[in-house]
Amino acid sequence: MANKILIPTPLRPFTGKQDAVDVEGATIGELLANLTTKYEGLKPHLYNEQGKLRSFVNVYLNDEDIRYLEKEKTPVKPGDTISIIPSVAGGR
Amino acid sequence: MVLSNEEVQRYSRHLIMPEVGVEGQEKLKKGSVLCIGAGGLGSPAALYLAAAGVGTIGIVDFDVVDFSNLQRQVIHGTPDVGRSKLASAKDRLHALNPLITIETYETALSSKNALDLFKPYDIILDGTDNFPTRYLVNDACVLLGKPNTYGSIFRFEGQASVFATKGGPCYRCLYPEPPPPGLVPSCAEGGVLGVLPGVIGTIQATEAVKLIMGIGEPLIGRFLIYDALRMKFRELKLKKDPECPVCGTNPTVRELIDYEQFCGVAPSAPEVAVAGATDNETETTVTELKKKIDAKDDFFLLDVREPNEYQIGKIPGSTLIPLGDVPQRVGEIPRDTEIIVHCKMGGRSATAAAFLRQQGYTNVKNLKGGITDWSDTIDPTVPKY
Repeated sequence: MANKILIPTPLRPFTGKQDAVDVEGATIGELLANLTTKYEGLKPHLYNEQGKLRSFVNVYLNDEDIRYLEKEKTPVKPGDTISIIPSVAGGR
Repeated sequence: MVLSNEEVQRYSRHLIMPEVGVEGQEKLKKGSVLCIGAGGLGSPAALYLAAAGVGTIGIVDFDVVDFSNLQRQVIHGTPDVGRSKLASAKDRLHALNPLITIETYETALSSKNALDLFKPYDIILDGTDNFPTRYLVNDACVLLGKPNTYGSIFRFEGQASVFATKGGPCYRCLYPEPPPPGLVPSCAEGGVLGVLPGVIGTIQATEAVKLIMGIGEPLIGRFLIYDALRMKFRELKLKKDPECPVCGTNPTVRELIDYEQFCGVAPSAPEVAVAGATDNETETTVTELKKKIDAKDDFFLLDVREPNEYQIGKIPGSTLIPLGDVPQRVGEIPRDTEIIVHCKMGGRSATAAAFLRQQGYTNVKNLKGGITDWSDTIDPTVPKY
């Protein structure tokens, strides 16, 4: 069962310009691991050198921040949408 | 504070709504908002705040109006190119509404001046364009207990929220740490749809006006994401982080810090485009590159911009592989010669150069200043964008 991961504009160059990608996995961690296997260029943007999720990239399960759920162990149900929301600073 | 007849006439469409009325309009007249930046977000925000009758509007900026601003910074006009943004904005706002006070601060916001600048204002409207200032605005707002109507834009996507209200989350609750420099491209590098800051800046102004009048449901604890291409608004939940270093239960940041350092950005040194002024191991200059081209030296010039940028102008002899494609197309980049990587200004090419070094390339140099500096220093026929 694949879930939809919404890719934000700054990361679309690394998913062949796609704004959403379907990926399999039972937890957020599995989904993201499969995502970065499929699109290797994403990896340094999502994970640091120690393999931990970067703190300026937030991951949401539907409208909830996974930091307040079970983080990467958060289970995913069919139909759930995952969003990656990186910080952007533009304003001018 | 009583409204004059002139004000009653001007604000009549507000006054006839019971949610605003005379009381709300008087609150606006007493209210004050400090706009950080008179750029993409600050332009529409300040215009609407002035039109709405917010009594005092402050603007902090130190920039000069440039032709490339006019595609989105609607407070400035073509005759204003070359003028200070503050002078231009002040004239425009006064023409729109002479009954309000405009204060201008021609300075770069810093840890030294932020608290003093913010103190007289009710609300801070963050329309800056870089991470150090974003964190500075946030922390100053938390320390002073002033709401921050936040907006941020990138290409076709915008974000908005209200931070640092009493009991509400702050920017650091959302993003405890900034990305390392170079990982997220700036507006100048990434581009931005001209109308996008119009939407986001207007949302910021809406929130400021609501907060001043105390009406409606403010965008507190909610993170609004707008995708202009798909025309979709999404709302994500935002929680106050009890462990937040600024607004948490045991804050460790109790005064303003060095935000350049916090964001890993070296304080901007005066740029000198001469050989020897760069780190020769990892960087080169357009002057050096020109010498190499003229001497027909053996090297590989890699352009990591996007195809549409390549169409605008290019440096002779370059090979285009957009940054996002570099990992898949690394085989096309020779290993037995010197590699010089360039982009528009040097940010993306630094990322690409670091990647190539990771891949075992030993002689990789980043072109400082990118094709923009090439146009400035070597060949002005290459258009700047």
